[in-house]
Amino acid sequence: MSILHKTALAGGLAVLLCSSALAQGLSGKVVGFSQIGSESGWRAAETSVTKAEAERLGIDLKFADAQQKQENQIKAIRGFIAQGVDAILVAPVVATGWEEVLTEAKEASIPVVLLDRGIEAPEDLYLTSVASDQVKEGRVAGEWLVGAVGDKECKVVELQGTVGSSPAINRKQGFEEGIAGAANVSIIRSQTGDFTRSKGKEVMEGFIKAEGGGAGICAVYSHNDDMAVGAIQAIKDAGLKPGTDILVVSIDAVPDIFAAMVAGEANATVELTPNMAGPAFAALDAYLNGGTVPEKFIITESKLYTPADDPQGEYDRRKGLGY
Amino acid sequence: MTRLSGIFLRPQVAALVAVLLMNWLLFPDFFDLTWRDGRLFGSLIDVLNRGAPVAILAIGMTAVIATKGVDLSVGAVMAIAAAVAATLVVGGQPAIVAVTAALAAGLLCGLWNGVLVTYLDMQPIVATLVLMVAGRGLAQLITEGSIVTFSDPVLIYIGTGAFLGLPMPVVIALALLLLTTLLVRRTALGLMIEAVGVNKGAARLVGIPARLLLIGAYAFAGFCAAIAGIIVAGDIRGADANNAGLWLELDAILAVVIGGTSLLGGRFSIPLSVLGAVIIQAMNTGILISGLPPEFNLMVKAGIIILILILQSPLAAEAFARRMPKRKTAPRERTMP
Repeated sequence: MSILHKTALAGGLAVLLCSSALAQGLSGKVVGFSQIGSESGWRAAETSVTKAEAERLGIDLKFADAQQKQENQIKAIRGFIAQGVDAILVAPVVATGWEEVLTEAKEASIPVVLLDRGIEAPEDLYLTSVASDQVKEGRVAGEWLVGAVGDKECKVVELQGTVGSSPAINRKQGFEEGIAGAANVSIIRSQTGDFTRSKGKEVMEGFIKAEGGGAGICAVYSHNDDMAVGAIQAIKDAGLKPGTDILVVSIDAVPDIFAAMVAGEANATVELTPNMAGPAFAALDAYLNGGTVPEKFIITESKLYTPADDPQGEYDRRKGLGY
Repeated sequence: MTRLSGIFLRPQVAALVAVLLMNWLLFPDFFDLTWRDGRLFGSLIDVLNRGAPVAILAIGMTAVIATKGVDLSVGAVMAIAAAVAATLVVGGQPAIVAVTAALAAGLLCGLWNGVLVTYLDMQPIVATLVLMVAGRGLAQLITEGSIVTFSDPVLIYIGTGAFLGLPMPVVIALALLLLTTLLVRRTALGLMIEAVGVNKGAARLVGIPARLLLIGAYAFAGFCAAIAGIIVAGDIRGADANNAGLWLELDAILAVVIGGTSLLGGRFSIPLSVLGAVIIQAMNTGILISGLPPEFNLMVKAGIIILILILQSPLAAEAFARRMPKRKTAPRERTMP
């Protein structure tokens, strides 16, 4: 996109935003973004969404890939401070060891926003943190299932994430909270599928065998979509219909689960949005232009998607994001 | 005849029977087999099917370990082969091209390891560690970090199809087992590999092409890893560069060790390594259907493995021989099938 286009776009946005008395937007501002790296499809999607959001708002985004190393992130943040950027976004790779570099940013009066992970540091060192609520994700999935089965008896098998990982612990807890009120819905088996497709398939095969060929299973709850995609194949191999004989509910909203929904093989997914930058830029806008200090913890929406939400459209929209 | 009865007296067979019995106690329908959609269907078939990739890796790993080496890169090579096959079919290439390219990629990786070990004289554990780490990165580069999902019927058939009622991965593993066992035991190849494993210098002095055999062993391990990689990709209809074959090199080495092949090189048995892979998978499947909380998975697995290794230690063999003096030749038997 040429400078001319950018300016024109930024101008158009500025006109739009000026109508609200709030602020003049972030156009022309320089924001540094220190990303962890690209360890998963979701992370790649987060990077491309952040770049797209910045472009939409006319922000000059300085992007730094830390290749999973904290020292690279600290170097990048110091670099941003030296360049005198207007704000810094960080997706921290680990929770500790940030006090020094964040103090430097604070002394330079540069607001820092944390994306999708928290850190162990005094709260005054960063403006706000934007993250999803993993417990809520599980709860939304559980509540959907309770609503979907009505008062029918429903035995659920659970595919857990990697044992001991925080999404696995929180999504399990959330789902249990979600179904706690319904006596007819219960978890009968729970095993780890390590967040991968092949383990998800293998574990589901075992569940089906152990529950009389799958006749006793009403639904599968998977801590991520990848394991659900594997489980769907296992259900098909056993001669059952995923989505009908066994309901499939999972979390993340990656493109392939929407492809399964189009085929009628998945019933619901809860989105872990890759758009952490949207709320972050909104908070920065309010802070830089209006002096409004945002809440310390901004929780992103855990949106539920079902086949009624145009899965083909969602698939097409997400396919290009690098998942 | 005595040799055959010797096979059934081996601790590995006893261990497999014990693990299967335990599965049966946990889950009474374990041995139930039904015929569905033109194939056998049941937990026992699951064990063989899920164990096939590790069994195939173990076949290649046995050849390498027999030469006193080890190949840590096979898991990463699986990911590379899966990535190559998936990206090619998604790019519109016919399946035969994709499979050939994936196998060639595996062979090339194996050759790379072999050259490092023989011509640069690197320690095998270090030489193959290079590809173990870099290989997964390479696979991620090929898939650009995402899971490449495909719908090519041939690749899917390799991963999930059935032939004569058996899952395709099982058929491939059996065919490979038969071919390699015949090749190493009906020719002098096996003896030469053992000679290189025991003493490379001496082997060379008696005229065995030691370097060629070493490179060949690593290339074969890479080739086996590529087969396993294609199977795993076909199974989930996608190449997952982050997770395909992750830590499977350790399962393969364990299978070889359970099979009784010495990590110090020399005597080896490919059928017993495959048996080792089946034991590991029988254990995994048992844990899955037992209903135990997943926190116990690794502990249970470790406990059973220690038991198996104690069972086949020289100490146990001695005790066994003392208890049954008439059969004292069986446990000491040196010739492997």
